[in-house]
Amino acid sequence: MLRFILIRILQALPVIFVVITATFFLVRSAPGGPFDQEKVVIPEVKKALEAQYRLDLPLHEQYIAYLGDLAHGDLGPSFKYPGRSVNEILFAGLPVTAELGLYALIIALCIGVTAGVFASLRPNTAQDYVPMSLAMIGICMPSFLLGPLLVLVFGIWLDWLPITGWGDIPGDKILPAVTLGSAYAAYIARLSRAGMLEILSQDYIRTARAKGLPEWRVVIQHALRGGLTPVIAFLGPAFAGLLAGSFVVETIFQIPGLGRFYVQAAFNRDYTMILGTTVFLSSLIVFFNLVSDIIAAWLNPRLRHQFQGGRS
Amino acid sequence: MVAGNRDGILHYGNGAEPQGLDPHVVTGVPENHIIRALFEGLAVKNPITLEPEPGVAESWEFSDEGRVITFFLNPEAKWSNGEQVTASDYVWSWNRALHPITGNEYSYMLFPVVNAEAYLKGEVTDFSEVGVKALNSTTLEVTLNAPTPYFVQLMDHYSTFAVHPETLMQFGEMTDRYTPWTRVGNIVSNGAFTLTEWSLNRRIVVDKSEHYWDRDKVSLNTVIFYPMENVVSEERMFRVEQLHYTQVVPLDKIPLYRDMPNTPYVQAPYLGTYYYLINTKRPPVDDVRVRKALAMSVDREKLVRTVLQETAVPAYSITPPDTLGYSPPKLFDYDPERARALLAEAGYPNGEGWPGLEILYNTNEGHRKIAVAIQQMWKSELGIDITITNQEWKVYLDSVTQIDFQVARRGWIGDYVDANNFLDLFITDGGNNNTNYSDPVYDDLILYAAPKAATREQRYALFMEAETMLMEEMPIIPIYTYTSKHLIHPSVTGLYSNLMDSLNLKYVELVPGRTLPEALR
Repeated sequence: MLRFILIRILQALPVIFVVITATFFLVRSAPGGPFDQEKVVIPEVKKALEAQYRLDLPLHEQYIAYLGDLAHGDLGPSFKYPGRSVNEILFAGLPVTAELGLYALIIALCIGVTAGVFASLRPNTAQDYVPMSLAMIGICMPSFLLGPLLVLVFGIWLDWLPITGWGDIPGDKILPAVTLGSAYAAYIARLSRAGMLEILSQDYIRTARAKGLPEWRVVIQHALRGGLTPVIAFLGPAFAGLLAGSFVVETIFQIPGLGRFYVQAAFNRDYTMILGTTVFLSSLIVFFNLVSDIIAAWLNPRLRHQFQGGRS
Repeated sequence: MVAGNRDGILHYGNGAEPQGLDPHVVTGVPENHIIRALFEGLAVKNPITLEPEPGVAESWEFSDEGRVITFFLNPEAKWSNGEQVTASDYVWSWNRALHPITGNEYSYMLFPVVNAEAYLKGEVTDFSEVGVKALNSTTLEVTLNAPTPYFVQLMDHYSTFAVHPETLMQFGEMTDRYTPWTRVGNIVSNGAFTLTEWSLNRRIVVDKSEHYWDRDKVSLNTVIFYPMENVVSEERMFRVEQLHYTQVVPLDKIPLYRDMPNTPYVQAPYLGTYYYLINTKRPPVDDVRVRKALAMSVDREKLVRTVLQETAVPAYSITPPDTLGYSPPKLFDYDPERARALLAEAGYPNGEGWPGLEILYNTNEGHRKIAVAIQQMWKSELGIDITITNQEWKVYLDSVTQIDFQVARRGWIGDYVDANNFLDLFITDGGNNNTNYSDPVYDDLILYAAPKAATREQRYALFMEAETMLMEEMPIIPIYTYTSKHLIHPSVTGLYSNLMDSLNLKYVELVPGRTLPEALR
C-alpha cells in the first residue's frame, strides 16, 4: 500500500512541475502586465515597480528565482495587493472555500446517493424518472441562475435565510452550500444509480435475495458498497472541483474564499497570484485523486487483496 | 442595521477589496474611501462646493505671485498614537512619495513642486533640492515651478498625505512597498477614524479616533466597509437593510428606483468623460472631415435616453460641464445632414468607397451596447459599415497604449477638479493622449500660458481657446459625461452629492427611526 502511494506521489511531481512551467511562461506571454492601468504609469515609476518585483531580470532568471522561492514554500508577494503575500491570501481564503466545499459535498452526497439509490430500485418507473429528471435539471442549471433563484425565494420572498456573508449571521452558510452542492448532487445521483443498477444485477445479489434476506439488507449491506464505487472515484476530483469552481457562488454570496482571487488574478495579471493558485489547486487535485484512488482500491475487494498480498 | 443607526454604525458598500491602505502605494476608488477615513491631508474639500478647507493645516498663504505656498499646521493635529503631526513628517512622506524606488503611481500629483519630477526621474538625487521645507514643526513651505491654482486641492489626494515615519521604519525601509505597517495594530494614522478590523474580502472596520483634532464634529462611531464586487448582491443587501449606502446601482433597476416615491436613489454629475479615441494617423479617420462626420452623426440624446437609461449627460467636449466654474465649448451638435456632406467631401458620398472602420472596446456588456448603438447610427446616417471588436482588459490597454486601433473606447475620471486635468491629456506624446494628436500651439497653451495666467478668468479663457482647437481637430469623439449613482438609506444625513463623488465621513450622521420607502418593504 505504501509503495502504491509513494509511486503515485512520484508520478505526480513531474505533472506539477509541468503545470508550474507552463503557467509561468503562458501568463508572461499574455499581453499587458500587472502594472498597466487605464491611466498610464510614468515610465520611471513602472521601472521602479518592476525592479521591486524582480520583473526587470531576464525571464529565465525570474523563472529560476521563482522555483527557488517555491522550494522554500514561498509563493512570492502579490502584485495586486501590495503588502500581502500570495501565501497569506491563499491561507486566508482556503479555510472558507474548503468549508463551503465540504458542506456542498455533504449536501451533494446526501441528496445524490439517496436519489440515485432510490431510482435504481425501480428502474424505468416513475420512482426512477422523477429523481433522474430532477438530476438532469440540476446538472443543466448553472449556479449563477440557481443562486439568485434561491436568494429570491428563501431570502426575499419567504425571508427565511440571509442572502450574503459567511459566518456573520446564523444560517448564512445554507444557501451557498446548497447552490454549490446541487450540481454535484445531480452528478452523484446519476453515478450512484448507474453503479447500483450494475451491482443489483450481479449474481451475488441474487444469491443474497435467494437466501431470503430482506430487501433493505440486500441493498445496504451488499449492494451499496460496490454500487457506490464510481461515486467514490468521483469524490476526489469533485472536491478539488468544488474548491476551484466555487468562484461563482463566492461572488453571488460575497464569500471571502479562494475562488474569487483565482479568477481575478488572471484578469489582473497578478503573476505570482496566478502561479500560486494554479500550483496550489493542481497539487490539491493530484492529492484528492490519490486519496480517492486509495479509497476506491480499499473498497474493491480484488484490489485490496492485491495490496495485502504485496505487503506480506 | 436598525441597531446600527442607534449606535452610529454606518454599513458602507465599497466596491472592491482594496489593494492596500498605504497612501503612497495604492491607486483606486475603494482605497480612496478607506484611506480618507483613516488619514487627513493638509487641506480637505468642502463636501458641497469642493473648494479647499482646513485639514491638518489650519491655514495657508500664497507668496511670490502664487509660486510659494506656506502651510500652517494645526498644533492639535495628532497621529492616532497621540503624537503631533509635524511639518517634517510631510517632508519625509513626500520624499517617500516621490522616491524613484517607491514606485508611487500617483507621484505626478506632486510634480508642480520644484524638482519633484527630476527627483523621481533620478536627475536630482538630493531631496533637499526639492521644493518642500519644514520651517519649524508647524510650518511647511512648498515652492512650485509655476503658480498652480489647483495645488491646495491636491492636498486632499492620498498620494500627498503624510504617513507616520517611525511606524514605517519599524517594519522596513522608507521605500518598501510591501511591509505590514498598514495592518490592524501596526498602522498609525491621523484621520477621523482608526483601523480596527481588516478581514480580507469580508470587511474593513474603522472606529472614531480619540486623537483626531476635530473629533467633536465626528458623529459616527464606526464605519464598516464591505467589498461588494457584485452590483446585484449589493442592491439586494441594500433592500434587506444590510447596507446604508451602495457604490453603484444595477442599470436595469434604475428606472424602478427613480419612479419610487421618496426614492433612496441619488444621481449626480460626475467628473468623468466617456469618449472614443481616434487614431489620427490611420485611414480613413486620418481625415478630420471623416472624424467630424462621425462625431456629428452620434445622437447622444437618444443614446442617453435608451441605452443609458438617463444615467449620463450628453458630452460634446472632453471637460465635464461646470468643472469648478469652467464649462467647455460646444462646437457641434447632432447634425446628420452636415455629417453626410463632410463625408462626401472626404470622398465617401453616401458611404461609397468606404474602406471600413473598427471600434475597439474592452470586454464589458455596457461598452458593447454603446458600440452597437453607435455602429447602427453610423450605418443608418452615413451608410458606412463598422465592425466592433472587444478585447480582454489588459490586452485592450496594450492596444490603446500602442495606438493600435482605429477607434477605441475610453473613459477619463478626473483626479482633481480642474480643466487642466482633462486638457493636458492631449499634449504631444502625453502618456494618455493615445490618438497621435500633436499641436505645438496647444502644448504651449496648456503647459506654459495657462499656468502663468493672473486670474481665474484669464486662465479659463486660455483653456477655452485650447479646448476649441482640440475639438476642431476632433482626435476624440466625446460621448457622455458620467454620473455617480448610489442608493442611500433615509437614515443617513450629511452625505452630499458633488462632482468628485467625494465623501467626507466626518459630516455623516445617522438618524434612527427612518425606514426605506413602502415600495421596498
